[in-house]
Amino acid sequence: MSDMAPADLLYRRRKWRNTIFVSLAIASTVFGLLWLAWILTTLLFNGIGGLQLDLFTKMTPPPGATGGLLNAIVGSLIMIVLAVLIGTPIGILAGTYLAEYGRHTRIAIIIRILNDILLSAPSIVVGLFIYELFVLTMGHFSAIAGAFALAIIVIPVVVRTTENMLRLIPDTLREAASALGAPAFHVIRLVTWQAAKAGIVTGVLLAIARISGETAPLLFTALNNQFWSTSLLKPMASLPIIIFQFAMSPYEEWHRLAWAGALLVTLTVLGLNILARILSARKH
Amino acid sequence: MTVISRDAASAASAHPPDATQNQRAARWLERTDRLFFSLTFASALLVLAMFCAMFIMLLKGSWPALDAFGFRFFITQVWNPVKDQYGILAQISGTLITSFLAMLIAVPIGLGIAIFLTEICPPVLRRSIGVAIELLAGVPSIIYGIWGLFVFAPLFQRTAQPWLIDLFAPVPVLSTLFAGPPYGIGMFTASLILAIMILPLIASISRDVFETVPPMLKEAAYGLGCTTHEVVLKVVLPYARSGVVGGAMLALGRALGETMAVTFVIGNAHKIQSSLFAPGTTISAAIANEFTEATTPLYVSSLLTAGFCLFFITFIILAAAQLMLRRLERLPGGTHS
Repeated sequence: MSDMAPADLLYRRRKWRNTIFVSLAIASTVFGLLWLAWILTTLLFNGIGGLQLDLFTKMTPPPGATGGLLNAIVGSLIMIVLAVLIGTPIGILAGTYLAEYGRHTRIAIIIRILNDILLSAPSIVVGLFIYELFVLTMGHFSAIAGAFALAIIVIPVVVRTTENMLRLIPDTLREAASALGAPAFHVIRLVTWQAAKAGIVTGVLLAIARISGETAPLLFTALNNQFWSTSLLKPMASLPIIIFQFAMSPYEEWHRLAWAGALLVTLTVLGLNILARILSARKH
Repeated sequence: MTVISRDAASAASAHPPDATQNQRAARWLERTDRLFFSLTFASALLVLAMFCAMFIMLLKGSWPALDAFGFRFFITQVWNPVKDQYGILAQISGTLITSFLAMLIAVPIGLGIAIFLTEICPPVLRRSIGVAIELLAGVPSIIYGIWGLFVFAPLFQRTAQPWLIDLFAPVPVLSTLFAGPPYGIGMFTASLILAIMILPLIASISRDVFETVPPMLKEAAYGLGCTTHEVVLKVVLPYARSGVVGGAMLALGRALGETMAVTFVIGNAHKIQSSLFAPGTTISAAIANEFTEATTPLYVSSLLTAGFCLFFITFIILAAAQLMLRRLERLPGGTHS
């Protein structure tokens, strides 16, 4: 029996190692999820008190006074809508080129890689770029510059999802339409875009979710505005910038508004993400 | 690979029935077809142009600073708006140190979560935890920042920080790294918050990569009597290696360029200090804090140069990440999506 001992030992050692390994994996999951749960619960706890009607009906207050976030909410909405209007058509068309025409051509491969890099490029650099391009040439900060900065973040997201979704469409569908004599434009418009509609809309929703919380690209493009303004040529308030400004201030009331704004932004982003998920799940 | 023939319309018009009406329709089709192609191609080129324009505009903007300070700009840590003297060594080192520390914390934990989700987790929980992590990856960074400033930093300052300072005081190297006073905010706090922020990203990318490992390979190993530990270490990880490295580099790219989560808690001190508990700065935090207040052209240009550096560093990291992730797609048995 003595020669069984080493094998037995090895067996026990392997089992023991496995137990440690599995517990480490479980521990890291618990650890990671705990931090994230902590952040979300404090956000909910601190922000929920501020989610009153005043938040949506009153302007951002001067220090010491009470107020809401109306101008920031409207500013964010205006710039997001503009950015989506500018970015979505470009993104969908570029994604269509990559999936339908370009495919394996060298230029398509280069554009694909650069697009993926833009997808995670630092957003503050986008802000600097738009500052150089628009703010300097116009001579002042403006909402339209902010919208352009956000559009630059929308484009790569839409390009990526559009291309991915179009590539899921089987080529037999395209070939069937082409065999009937339909030109490429009609094949794409009536067959592939139709088939990939839900996926493309998902991409746009994800892009909106992404720019709803973006702060860095707005810092020196749209700047900020304590007052009500809907002029696209003037600086405009936005939720993330107001959160930043109010959180860094020493005033208690501003902190309260910053938390409420943060909760509002997070709920919007999570809501859009869930909506996108439901939409793409129904498709498949 | 079949690419739709752009000549479909012209081929149809080559054999018209006999009416000129059909010919006109075919010509119209051909024209809209060509117009549509040019539109998509132009949009795709716009992405390329956008990238090049960013590069060129930032380089152009940083010219005055590079002209005035030369290479000295990158190796000095003077940051004196009053005397108009600038060097970005402190920002560069702050960016690299915070990102490195964040990766050190987030990569093992993120991999642990991915291993848990693919190999250990009961199927009931798998979907919900996976979805939760993906949703968390979308939470805007300003939320992490505001939480760090108001919740974590004060708590850290009162509890863990003094304890850590006392704990490491007798250890030679660690005593300098973890030297007091406890401010709450600083390089260490910034790194920790960065780590929490990139954690869902690393976890969800690694999980996606692990799921590309063909089940046959894993089942074969389990069939030979391998433990989970051995399967992960000897089958899953070697197969998914380039994807995991690519995913980690993608997260590194995010961490390097992250602005808001860091700006709140780093303290904005343009100085390289030996203690991780001391306030510091990063490229993006410096730009976010000072750009609108930059008064002299040289000040603006210096910040633009910092931005160019950041763009350049992240470009290299992200390009490498893309190459690694793309290599995974070509592996045999992998899913092509």
